[in-house]
Amino acid sequence: MRSNVLKVDLLARVEGEGAFTATWRNGSEPDVKLRIFEPPRFFEALLQGRDFREAPDITARICGICPVAYQMSSVQAMETLCGVEVDPPIRDLRRLLYCGEWIESHVLHIYLLHAPDFLGYEDALRMAADHRGAVERGLALKKVGNDIVALLGGREIHPINVRVGGFYRAPKVDELRVLEKPLERALEQAAETVRWTAGLNFPDIERDYEYVSLRHPSEYPMGQGAIVSNRGIDCPPSGFEDHFVEEHVPHSTSLHAAVRERGEYVVGPMARFALNLDRLTPLAARLAKEAGLTTPCNNPFKSIVVRSIETVVAVEDALRIVRSYTGVERPAVPVTPRAGVGHGATEAPRGLLYHRYTLDSAGRIVNARIVPPTSQNQRSIELDVAAVIARRGDQPIEHLTWECEQAIRNYDPCISCSTHFLRLERRE
Amino acid sequence: METGGDVLVIGIGDGYRGDDGVGGYVVRALRARSLTGVRVVEHTGEGCSLMDRWSGARLVFFADAVVSGAPPGAIHRFEPTAEPGPGFVGHMRSAHGFGLAEALALSRALGRLPERLVIYGVEGREFGTGAGLSPEVQRSADEVVRRIVSEIEEALLRRAPAHRVGGDVAS
Repeated sequence: MRSNVLKVDLLARVEGEGAFTATWRNGSEPDVKLRIFEPPRFFEALLQGRDFREAPDITARICGICPVAYQMSSVQAMETLCGVEVDPPIRDLRRLLYCGEWIESHVLHIYLLHAPDFLGYEDALRMAADHRGAVERGLALKKVGNDIVALLGGREIHPINVRVGGFYRAPKVDELRVLEKPLERALEQAAETVRWTAGLNFPDIERDYEYVSLRHPSEYPMGQGAIVSNRGIDCPPSGFEDHFVEEHVPHSTSLHAAVRERGEYVVGPMARFALNLDRLTPLAARLAKEAGLTTPCNNPFKSIVVRSIETVVAVEDALRIVRSYTGVERPAVPVTPRAGVGHGATEAPRGLLYHRYTLDSAGRIVNARIVPPTSQNQRSIELDVAAVIARRGDQPIEHLTWECEQAIRNYDPCISCSTHFLRLERRE
Repeated sequence: METGGDVLVIGIGDGYRGDDGVGGYVVRALRARSLTGVRVVEHTGEGCSLMDRWSGARLVFFADAVVSGAPPGAIHRFEPTAEPGPGFVGHMRSAHGFGLAEALALSRALGRLPERLVIYGVEGREFGTGAGLSPEVQRSADEVVRRIVSEIEEALLRRAPAHRVGGDVAS
């Protein structure tokens, strides 16, 4: 019997360098490999021997799209270990900064990277000519995210203002208030984004996922919470390694993560939405209902709608924080290092981002472990592509390839993030 | 700091990456001359925010480091609003790749290009960590500053013959 091979040698519209191959015989289960060949980046080794206060700035360099996520997971790990809690207004400002990153990252992916798939364009440039209003809306919305990150982070790319214990500098009330009007406009644009994405056509694919995300007592998860899943996991960040393992596979320079006793799982917008429907902000909840989203939503192609809902959450929350801000007494609390192990888990735009650091009594990093969202999603991405081939494999090969790539982009994969790791083996 | 006016000079690059700092060098030299009616901006090169920066400007100059295989210090000049310059077809293949070329292509698709846009590129030699330009790159950067000033003077003279850059007449 003839073998079918579908091969894309360089994935477009994802972060970093990857490819995929799918091999199958008619009637058999496709073998799909997401091949990540971006060189390993050795960040975990780079952190060894550095001062604990350097972690937020070093790890922020892992990604140009989600540096804030790396800063937030690393400061959480350090502060938890050192027994420090930041003042409430600082906590709010950090959430605002995180909202800025979510807006930037989600909107970039929705409008410039993923929408062209649904509308039949090779890229956003070609799409822009026919969908000018939509692209303009996306750019305006993204700008508000950029502005938040620049204002609180000190600059647009690789923000430098977050420190263990708080911020280096906190904004004055007037400085923050300038975001209010743009955020009000952004809220309408974000709502329109939900309506726009809800009107796209979605390939009819569903899979039964184990979703994993943070869950917080009162808010949609971002910077804090317990790690939960729809199959019974419920643990603090320090329990991550009891439930999840990472393994090396030959076809990828990024580790594959799995639930220890079950296997693949999904992090990111779909997981957060499924596990936190009751934590949506009021407008986001209404729009999700109007968009016809149900939980759990198991059609991965609808992630573009869920990402839009989360953009509304981020804008609404940002607006609330900007309006209620009355300044800070001090931008940071003092932190004295302690020997031990610290864990941090926050929700990067692409999903759960876990950090673990071991410090010595002088505050030097003895070792570090970082588990980014894309390495956690890799196996599930492969299985989604296999599902597309199994159920829609009778399409012409160009259409099928298109849909497989679209299925990969459902996860907004960040290959640059996922290849940060180092595994060294010494053989005597 | 920015000054008002509808002429804009944007220097792109990272000052801590050797010759990639050439854009910032040009912009600082122009700022020191306090040209009337000319805004100068240093920028990281992130595409979306670049597009926002040039909205409202009629004449925009870019200064950026270039790697084309030419000898270090070689000066390239493109005017994409006058002709489709080499290599300015953006791809939008990845989000990391959303830089100047993609911003120009997307702006063109959206009809948001300024009236006139001129790009000066200086071929770099060294892009390792650390501040400071290679000597030949710095010499060319000084030359780019002179050329931009003279192009601005010429453009403003064409608009209003009495106007001189850096003179007393406000635009």
